[in-house]
Amino acid sequence: MTTARLDAYRDVAPKGTIEFLRCLAARVRGRSFLHVNSARHGGGVAEILHRLVPLITELGVDARWEVIKGNPAFYTATKAFHNALQGREQTITSQMLDDYVSTNRACAERLSLEADLVLIHDPQPAPLIESRPTNGKWVWRCHIDLSSPQRRAWRLLRKYVSKYDAAIFSLPKFAQRLRIPQFLVYPSIDPLSDKNRELPKAEVDAILERLAVPRDKPTLLQVSRFDRFKDPIGVIDAYRIVKKHNDCRLVLAGGGADDDPEGAAVLTEVREAAGQDPDIHVLELPPNAHLEINALQRAATIVLQKSLREGFGLTVAEALWKGKPVVGGVAGGLAVQVIYELTGYTVNSVEGAAFRIRYLLNNPDLIAKMGNAGREYVRREFLITRHLSDYLTMLVLLTQ
Amino acid sequence: MAPVTGKEKSVRERAEMPFEFVGCIELRQMLGIRVETERQLANFLKLMPLDCVYYHTHGSLLRHRYRAGMYSNDFATWAAIEVRDRVLGERLAVLDPLDCETLTDLRDSIIAVIEDHLRPMTVVPRVVHGEPFSFIESHIVAVPTGVKVDSLVDFRRTLSEVEDSTVYYHALEARVRLKRKQNDFSAWLKDGLGLPGLAAKVKALDPYTGGLERVRGQILAYCDEVLAKGYDL
Repeated sequence: MTTARLDAYRDVAPKGTIEFLRCLAARVRGRSFLHVNSARHGGGVAEILHRLVPLITELGVDARWEVIKGNPAFYTATKAFHNALQGREQTITSQMLDDYVSTNRACAERLSLEADLVLIHDPQPAPLIESRPTNGKWVWRCHIDLSSPQRRAWRLLRKYVSKYDAAIFSLPKFAQRLRIPQFLVYPSIDPLSDKNRELPKAEVDAILERLAVPRDKPTLLQVSRFDRFKDPIGVIDAYRIVKKHNDCRLVLAGGGADDDPEGAAVLTEVREAAGQDPDIHVLELPPNAHLEINALQRAATIVLQKSLREGFGLTVAEALWKGKPVVGGVAGGLAVQVIYELTGYTVNSVEGAAFRIRYLLNNPDLIAKMGNAGREYVRREFLITRHLSDYLTMLVLLTQ
Repeated sequence: MAPVTGKEKSVRERAEMPFEFVGCIELRQMLGIRVETERQLANFLKLMPLDCVYYHTHGSLLRHRYRAGMYSNDFATWAAIEVRDRVLGERLAVLDPLDCETLTDLRDSIIAVIEDHLRPMTVVPRVVHGEPFSFIESHIVAVPTGVKVDSLVDFRRTLSEVEDSTVYYHALEARVRLKRKQNDFSAWLKDGLGLPGLAAKVKALDPYTGGLERVRGQILAYCDEVLAKGYDL
């Protein structure tokens, strides 16, 4: 993966941003900033750290990124923990808890945890706080939806989180009752990554041809894993209502479901619901299909994210960045990104989604207008440059 | 060549004290309180720190106008959009934060509007389908840009290039939290460059209905007018 230099963002970030970042960084030049998470590759956190850490370093801050590693039992335990914290029914055994804590203890001995500011990402490495050195501020960065966690799971995690100097959440509704300061930082997309960079029309055409998605009629797209919370069946139902009046295609694109038994079941249901309709395309894409997702989003007429439950939902920011209006559910961070009648529509039902899709298809000028508005909105609020300034500000405030 | 007047001379002068552009950035701290009724909004607002009042009123200008909402402060936007009580939304929206000398005054005015609105009601409006109101506190960090100017030409050119937060810092932060009597731009134009007419026009600009970009655009237009005429407005 190649990483972009800060100056490469000059043409995509808001006016004056790069100079501003340099001035902000001058206040913390030479300080050390350590990030710790549980995976070097795969997942949104690793994706953004690959980009952020070199940019922080370029700005004169001594930035490092450490990763905790464990055996399969550790990953089983953290997966169960992760699911329970996001509100799913999940049993957490004493053995799982032991694996979770002992792995963190072993990692703490191996890793160098000295820094002026240490940002621990997500629940997996949270117990590292038990091994914090004397100096430095420790902040827990939560990327997941903690709005309705299983109480036992949260009680276990809370024991560690409450020992941090502060916590960061992506939305106010994810915040918890804690005695430490809780900050709000939205996640971000990288406009220069393969998933979001500009693509020539010929490249988009070639990728869609490879995916066997014709470009002969308006295309509706939902990019998400095959999960009931993303309501793919509801999306198909909405498409069928639209189809009575507006000829269009529907593309449902998501990650493979090999390691997720529930995902495989949902994928089967989706294929059954799609039936033999040649205008519905169900695409299983590998985790690294960034260019394919980029091309699909650029080729789409309207992007859907009809989730019933959602984290922040950065696929919406990705679509808005490509100038597409989004019809989305009222869940997680969707309402922060889908601004009603400006960047798209939030809807509460299949019928609502169908109505808004039809409305947009019959008002192409509005599609263009919302697309432009959405791109400018993302430029200001959801690009990596804004994320970078938030973290630098945290460094200024907490380590002064 | 036109005769040189006193006013024209003052435009071309360089200020003894240069204007230093300072940007800022905001870190948002969630206070862990979410309310669902208008009564709770008023009651909890009484207990919140003044930096929270600042965040939900003046601070909304630091956010993109879409996220800030169509009204001039978060309380009005929440009442109108989430509670669907347009009457309270309108009453809160019309409050001019710069009419209040202090943030305490501003908080009292907001609470008074809500309580006055609720007095004749038998049922307190609440969120049914919308989002609760989350109280957030603002931490502003000043970021000196290192750019100093001492002439109107340089001031105009730099103002057109700086990041939005710089406009915010000099137009609002300086006046509201740093308690300077007027915004930094008008103070310097008047005292530094001796342009009281231009300074008065800049001081009168209302950021709350048009946003920071409009304020910047209007200042630039006024500067152009002065530079074209060669004398103060």
